[in-house]
Amino acid sequence: MALDDKHGVQTRDFKIVGTRPVRPDGLEKVTGKARFGADMALPGMLIGMILRSPHAHAHIRSIDASKALALPGVKAVVTATDFQDPGDGLRDILENCMAGEKALYDGHAVAAVAAINRSVAKRALALIDVDYEALPHVTDVDAAMRPGAPALHEDAADESVPDGWSKNVVRRYEFGHGDVDAGFAAADEVVERSFRTEAAHQGYIEPHACVASFGGDGQADLWCCTQGQYMVRATCAGIMGIEVAQLRVTASEIGGGFGGKTTVFIEPVALALSRKAGKPVKIVMSREEVFRATGPTSSSSIDVKVGMTKDGRITAGSAELRYQGGAWPGSPVEFGAMSSFAAYDLENVKTVGWDVVTNRPKQAAYRAPGAPMAAFAVESCVDELCKTLGLDPLDVRLKNASRDGSKASYGPTFDKIGLTATLATAKTHPHLSAPLGPNQGRGVACGFWFNFGGDTCVSMNIGSDGTVSVIEGNPDIGGSRAAMSQMAAEELGIPFEKVRTVIADTSSLGYNEVTDGSRVTFAVGLATIKAARDAIEKMCARAAALWGIPAEAVVWEDGCAKPAGPNAGEHEPMTLAEIAAVASETGGPIAGHYEVNADGAGVSFATHVCDVEVDPETGATKVLRYTVFQDAGKAVHPAYVEGQFQGGAVQGIGWALNEEYIYGEDGRLQNPGFLDYRIPVASDLPMIDAVIVEVPNPGHPYGVRGVGETSIVPPLAAVANAVSAACGVRMTELPMSPPKLLKAMSQKTA
Amino acid sequence: MPKVGIWGSLRDATDGLAEVEVDAANVRQLLDRLAEAYPGLAPQIERGVSVSIDGKIYRNAWLAQLKPDSEVFLLPRLNGG
Repeated sequence: MALDDKHGVQTRDFKIVGTRPVRPDGLEKVTGKARFGADMALPGMLIGMILRSPHAHAHIRSIDASKALALPGVKAVVTATDFQDPGDGLRDILENCMAGEKALYDGHAVAAVAAINRSVAKRALALIDVDYEALPHVTDVDAAMRPGAPALHEDAADESVPDGWSKNVVRRYEFGHGDVDAGFAAADEVVERSFRTEAAHQGYIEPHACVASFGGDGQADLWCCTQGQYMVRATCAGIMGIEVAQLRVTASEIGGGFGGKTTVFIEPVALALSRKAGKPVKIVMSREEVFRATGPTSSSSIDVKVGMTKDGRITAGSAELRYQGGAWPGSPVEFGAMSSFAAYDLENVKTVGWDVVTNRPKQAAYRAPGAPMAAFAVESCVDELCKTLGLDPLDVRLKNASRDGSKASYGPTFDKIGLTATLATAKTHPHLSAPLGPNQGRGVACGFWFNFGGDTCVSMNIGSDGTVSVIEGNPDIGGSRAAMSQMAAEELGIPFEKVRTVIADTSSLGYNEVTDGSRVTFAVGLATIKAARDAIEKMCARAAALWGIPAEAVVWEDGCAKPAGPNAGEHEPMTLAEIAAVASETGGPIAGHYEVNADGAGVSFATHVCDVEVDPETGATKVLRYTVFQDAGKAVHPAYVEGQFQGGAVQGIGWALNEEYIYGEDGRLQNPGFLDYRIPVASDLPMIDAVIVEVPNPGHPYGVRGVGETSIVPPLAAVANAVSAACGVRMTELPMSPPKLLKAMSQKTA
Repeated sequence: MPKVGIWGSLRDATDGLAEVEVDAANVRQLLDRLAEAYPGLAPQIERGVSVSIDGKIYRNAWLAQLKPDSEVFLLPRLNGG
């Protein structure tokens, strides 16, 4: 049951939404037929490769590509001089794709070649002579903030940054309300701690790949793996100086993105090479390139202070967050500052965020960008206060939880939210009463994400045999084709199997924002429902015309047009298939359409519970049990929703225990591969239990909330709280790798 | 007249005020008049903001309506992963 704006505040019984049909992309993926980014090929295609800086920070005095161009089989070389300045907004993106006057991080692209094959391209890269002047570098966020730190840019700070900081401090954000000093004075216990987290990569299994074909007539085509083909089109058209209608972008199947494919890295380079060579050019990143030159999330340094009364009331909370976002402004520190205390209904709260640039790759969004690190710091302090005061961590969270009508720590008043429902569900779950053994600990933590909607466009074509094609414009990362088909079938009153959803290229459908912000099931789902209603209105009009009655005298029920009302007369209901079969004879094809800048996404909360065992001899941590409780509003396809919960939890566990970017003294990344950058695999983990809580979102016809991001917010803290309980030491730095844990435990013993 | 909450680091531009009154019927008017009355806000508005109206967050929604008693907050432009 969920809210439905068609029926005001009434609820409805779903027939298809909430079921678990077989995923429509499953067969192609498990049989290897699905075409990912690297699977695209065109006749006469060249292979593009990119030369990358071996320096963390260097002036590029000159680039001499003459020897490379003389190599047989080399068709083009491009450097920054092949691009025009695209202006504010795109300049940083272009500079990240191709360095200008300076290389700003180890792995920064400085030149690219297109050749007849990979072997020739590789040899050509070695023949490009780049004259670097190495400069002092900085990769640590706190070091980068100090006055006198090596400066990446001369003038990147905006007006929010006070005087006295290094030039690497580029943005400052502050949120909150009340009087935190008075709040801390009213507390019986105050905890104040500092935390650090390392940069974690999104870890998508599919590397970035694209094929660009730039025609002599100025028209171009691009095939790529991306979270947003329209974003790619807008960005690349701007960088290449062409009109958006001249560039068609088609998104491939995608082997994971998690936010990391919401920008471009190789696509403008491939287009420039293709334009210069006059042939299609394909670029596929290696795993090493993915690590060195695409965006991990920020590393962070955070100070938190929380005050609590003896009975568990939080009197005040404050946090100062410092995030480095790589070589350009744009770390998600504002979202960290906004979300840190969002789970709590506080009278006194203040957060300050600092955006800092360092000689690292430009950060890219990663699932709920900025929020997991902030939740780690705040939830660790709340956990410590609970332990010090002898209070139950779930009871304390229930006592202080944000609920309907709470003033969010970032300003607005919450509407219908489900945090207390997740806490109450967790409280009664068997996980909470399961016994723990020696060296084992349990941690709980809450998390929040904003969610949003944005520009969305959906078309729906009614086939002459009564089947339906839904055309949407967002790459299917988490099961959106199934979810859209379900919502279309639900609204139209036809079986799920009668609907097929496809992803359009940029020339076939109106603009759609990137698949991010947990927006697709909410916003594209909303547009799909509205497009179905548009089609229904047209089908009712066709039936009315056949019956010779006004269109207003026809209703749509159970997949049929039916006469209704006192003057409608007696007519046999017409099914969708019957109306579709005579569409040509009654006026032509029938299609539904809807476009919207969707709002009302509805925020999302989760509560996670984690059990671990820490080996006192090796410092290795084993996750024994993990349960996610999250509000989905309405789970359209519960198996996919559970998958999102599980995936977020697993990525958070990896971030908490093992994953980190390790830089040497020379500012070079030491572990650009999955052997040395350790993401969790199935054998490392227990089955992640997923408990779906449904508090309908009033902003969606079926009550849907996005679920893709919130699930990565609590795990860092839940795991840290469990590990801290298991080894008797409060862990404040991530990842909690075995050497760090051994050191912490040995210091405790000493 | 709607009152608009201003996030902390922008309050230098509003003489320290956490909340300012703006005579505006929709988001476009709100942003234009905020930038006019408090020029220090203009650079951030130009870079992009979200606007929360009665708890609902809007991006680029110039025509979203404001009521005299609406709860309005200026927020950083939201995106996600």
